Amino acid sequence: MTIVSAGDSAIVVEFEERIDEAVNARAIALASAVQQAAVRGVRDVVPTFHAVAIYFDPLRTAYTELTARIQHELDRPSAEPAAARAPLRIPVCYGGDLGPDLADVAAFARISEDEVVRRHAAGTYRVFMLGFVAGFAYMGTVDASIAMPRRATPRIRVPLGSVGIAGVQTGVYPAETPGGWQLIGRTPVKPFDPARAEPFLMQAGDHVQFFPITRQEYASWPSA
Amino acid sequence: MALCVIKPGMLTTVQDGGRWGYQSRGVPVAGPMDSLSFRIANALVGNARDAAALEVTLLGPELEFDDERIVAIAGAEFDATLDGRSVPLHAPFIVSAGARLKFGQRRRGARAYLAVAGGIATPPVLGSRATHVISAMGGFDGRALRAGDALPLFAAPGARTTRAPLVSPPALPDRDARVRVMAGPQRDYFAADALDALQSAPYTIRPDSDRMGFRLQGPPLTHARGADIISDATPLGVLQVPASGQPILLMADRQTTGGYPKIATVITADMPIAGQLGPGDTIRFVVCTAQEAIAALIAQERMLMPLEAHEA
Repeated sequence: MTIVSAGDSAIVVEFEERIDEAVNARAIALASAVQQAAVRGVRDVVPTFHAVAIYFDPLRTAYTELTARIQHELDRPSAEPAAARAPLRIPVCYGGDLGPDLADVAAFARISEDEVVRRHAAGTYRVFMLGFVAGFAYMGTVDASIAMPRRATPRIRVPLGSVGIAGVQTGVYPAETPGGWQLIGRTPVKPFDPARAEPFLMQAGDHVQFFPITRQEYASWPSA
Repeated sequence: MALCVIKPGMLTTVQDGGRWGYQSRGVPVAGPMDSLSFRIANALVGNARDAAALEVTLLGPELEFDDERIVAIAGAEFDATLDGRSVPLHAPFIVSAGARLKFGQRRRGARAYLAVAGGIATPPVLGSRATHVISAMGGFDGRALRAGDALPLFAAPGARTTRAPLVSPPALPDRDARVRVMAGPQRDYFAADALDALQSAPYTIRPDSDRMGFRLQGPPLTHARGADIISDATPLGVLQVPASGQPILLMADRQTTGGYPKIATVITADMPIAGQLGPGDTIRFVVCTAQEAIAALIAQERMLMPLEAHEA
């Protein structure tokens, strides 16, 4: 574990440099401990794959004070992990015009489209972090057989709710944005809706499962 | 109680102190590009330091007020007029109902801030009125202002709490700026001489730069361990360097995370200077220590103290 400065108003606590559930769990645990400690002057705490960025006001909290506090949190015997939230289940209408790259992923994996769907829906994925746009969760790990790399040319517009694969990562586009992931389906559920009581569907550390729905179910899904 | 847009200008947006607290959910902070001038404008009209104000970019707007208001302009020097008569910069002035405020010729700097006593009352999203245009969040319908928009305003405070004009406003860069950086957070991803290269000559801000980031053209920075990292957080003012070796300075609307190594970070006290630059302008980087960075920030705070002294 190392603590590095990112300018005068942010520090980054870095754990082992790899994408790994245990490393990511340490980052998320530290982030929530720092968040709960409500340290004066801390403006934002951002866990990522293997690190935690802590944004602070250096006129309210000195760097040394903050790093001492972080060391204190790291040294504390970790509390019993809170009962993990039950996996979040996200409906997906796979293939067709809602999943225009499903055929390509099937060709990549040399299996049928149905088998791609079965393998994607069989996984339980960890939300390693959120980034890119509001509510976008980087999830893994996708079955190696269907872990197709990003498209050579990204799309200018990926529709909201598109479910994609990029190597061993999977994710749901929370807004219409450019994007290069292989689109295998679409969900009627919004990962981000600022008007909702809980605007964000996912947070780092969550577990997610996808399940197939028909085109009719997709069309009539109650928008929560 | 509205502020009506007659002509929108090039990119006029509602900004407040920024959408803090949601970067862990991928929500960009946004907020003013020159946070110092933004604070000064608010202080001059007696607003809270984070009250929503307008950020005016390069080509200014023409606005009409439907009630009497105290307003102030800070930041970039525009020839601003009220019904044809010149108005001062960095000083509060009264706008009467029906008067037209016009931003004319720009003399120096890229972004000005117009604060209105009471503040702009567009609906907050996730606790902030800052506009993030790319994700269509906050501000006025999540976008830059257009002709015909009517911005809601909070009631003007009963007591006039304006400040005296600022005698010596912060110096504005004239299309060229020197800003200080602290090394890191990923200095070890670069060749030993990369920090020297960064300081060796000015970088030009490319035309494809915006509120998300300034794409820079100048001495290339050599990676030592490849141009990809495991994505991590991207602070304001960080210099991320893709495979091309040409750095990108991340600004107010940056994404919350990124996958390029970051060689250095512009210090907080100097980001307002960077925020006064635009495409074609040049920027020079000088490495400094954390102590210098904090000292510069304290000096800035001292300068603002008499202006903000009325704040509870």
